[in-house]
Amino acid sequence: MPVGPPLPGSPAGLRPEAIKAIPVRHPWRWVSTVVVVAIVAEVIYIFVTAPGMSWGAVQQYLFGRLILQGIVVTLELTVLAMVIGVVLGVVMAVMRLSPNPVVSWVSWFYIWFFRGTPVLVQIFFWYNLASILPHIALSIPGGHVLFHASTNDLISPFTAAILGLGLNEAAYMAEIVRAGLISVEHGQTEAAQALGMTRLLVMRRIVLPQAMRVIVPPTGNETISMLKTSSLAFVATVPELFTRQEQISNANFDVIELAIVASIWYLAMTSILTVGQYYVERYFARGTQRELPLTPLQRFRRMLFTFHAPPPQAGPVPSLPSQHP
Amino acid sequence: MVKAEAVHKSFGRLEVLRGIDLEVYPKEVMCIIGPSGSGKSTFLRCINHLEKIDAGRLSVDGELVGYRERGNQLYELPDREICRKRSEIGMVFQRFNLFPHMTALENIAEAPIQVKKMSRSTAEAQARSLLERVGLADKVKAYPNQLSGGQQQRVAIARALAMEPKLMLFDEPTSALDPELVGEVLDVMRALANDLGMTMVVVTHEMGFAREVGDSLVFMDGGVVVEAGKPREVLANPQHERTRQFLSKVL
Ligand SMILES: Nc1ncnc2c1ncn2[C@@H]1O[C@H](COP(=O)(O)OP(=O)(O)OP(=O)(O)O)[C@@H](O)[C@H]1O
Ligand SMILES: [Mg+2]
Repeated sequence: MPVGPPLPGSPAGLRPEAIKAIPVRHPWRWVSTVVVVAIVAEVIYIFVTAPGMSWGAVQQYLFGRLILQGIVVTLELTVLAMVIGVVLGVVMAVMRLSPNPVVSWVSWFYIWFFRGTPVLVQIFFWYNLASILPHIALSIPGGHVLFHASTNDLISPFTAAILGLGLNEAAYMAEIVRAGLISVEHGQTEAAQALGMTRLLVMRRIVLPQAMRVIVPPTGNETISMLKTSSLAFVATVPELFTRQEQISNANFDVIELAIVASIWYLAMTSILTVGQYYVERYFARGTQRELPLTPLQRFRRMLFTFHAPPPQAGPVPSLPSQHP
Repeated sequence: MVKAEAVHKSFGRLEVLRGIDLEVYPKEVMCIIGPSGSGKSTFLRCINHLEKIDAGRLSVDGELVGYRERGNQLYELPDREICRKRSEIGMVFQRFNLFPHMTALENIAEAPIQVKKMSRSTAEAQARSLLERVGLADKVKAYPNQLSGGQQQRVAIARALAMEPKLMLFDEPTSALDPELVGEVLDVMRALANDLGMTMVVVTHEMGFAREVGDSLVFMDGGVVVEAGKPREVLANPQHERTRQFLSKVL
């Protein structure tokens, strides 16, 4: 606590002695620590010394060419599916809140359908569409054909996976975005309308940016989930990480070793995403807290330098550079 | 500037406005007082078409609010037209409603840039001079939550002025403020009336302001105008029993 001028009543300049007390002891913390360490050590020991386990193989596959190629495809799938999911999700959420009942109903139906069927089935559907629709054509009523192509050329296995993952994701994102939009106080919309902004402008400049604070955390969650769900592209024979793992282990039976390799990579990628999410959240928190939360690095530094020193006093509020999303 | 004839408005079965008749002349400052729930906010919101009226006629600057009249037939205006008309009317809210994700400067420059298609540099220059006018030249980069209530409300007034409105609506602009901050906001409003000759409709409980700055005072109760006149006369010598009762409680 900052030491202010002496309160009336306490003699000037006289500060009572700092409290010296024996801290409460926590014996159970120590006991539980010992138990946890023992269990973890045992599990590691079992895996490391498992008779059929070949750590050399893990090491060898970890940076194997096929695995690395699989990772690239996994990342492509994740990014593209999330882009479709977020963009279409925002559109669906805005449509859902539209005063036009037809528009709102279309969005409701979309969400109902794509959220109500398994994503695996949806990928399978797109992948096998050619079996019932060998050609796709677009013609205007007069009979003039604008566009014509074979379905197999149009929907490659990769496209089928993207469509399945992305369209399904959009249904979930629509609900996340809608929750964000309705979390923004109605007074914001009114103030913007009173300035003459159109509905679309109010949405884009005022409501959506504020909704982001609510939208970003579950979207990070969805992205991490998508990274792993993209392994379902396996059914469309897309050569992503899991497909590669399967192919290699079918050939040489190092099943567990390859599962460990894949897990290491999935964990590494989700960890990076978690860090990314933290910074995105921080960006959209501007204007909601007087001071932005410290980044882990800043917190670490402050911990080092203020160890045993009194906590820092509230300084002047840092002003942020003005930014436009 | 504003003309209301028998304006009615209901929310479901609740009739909030039950025939409002009044006229605001150019450069006039009209203050509206009345008990809670009497429909003051609703009436203000009808003026810039945030609410639709059910019956009667309401016009701003000679044009009907929300409709176009051709022959004997009313046509609803398209959204674009409604937005254009709203942009000519400034509104200041009890709870400020600044955009929390934008700095003071961005709050003010936003509508001129997006609605009036003003260039960013012109809009920001204008925003700076408006901030100076409301005495906040040093708060250009502050976010709303870094400002006191009185400062936020002054930014909100500057934000409305940035659209160069021909009419300003104030809905209890000082009711959410700590008593010592009320003065700074009223000073800005007084300057608006005196220096710019702004036409203003002010819902307020500040009788001092109404007496000093107001050209007319309207007492509303139960969705109708009970009494209207020169502020000094209405305050000193109310004609109606309900006005007398209300004033005895607030003065
Ligand atoms: N959107 C709405 N839906 C339903 N009822 C409403 C709505 N807005 C206002 N009302 C009702 O209309 C009545 C008048 O409200 P209004 O806000 O105009 O009163 P007011 O005179 O501004 O009161 P106060 O001094 O408390 O602000 C109230 O009974 C209120 O509950
Ligand atoms: Mg009100």
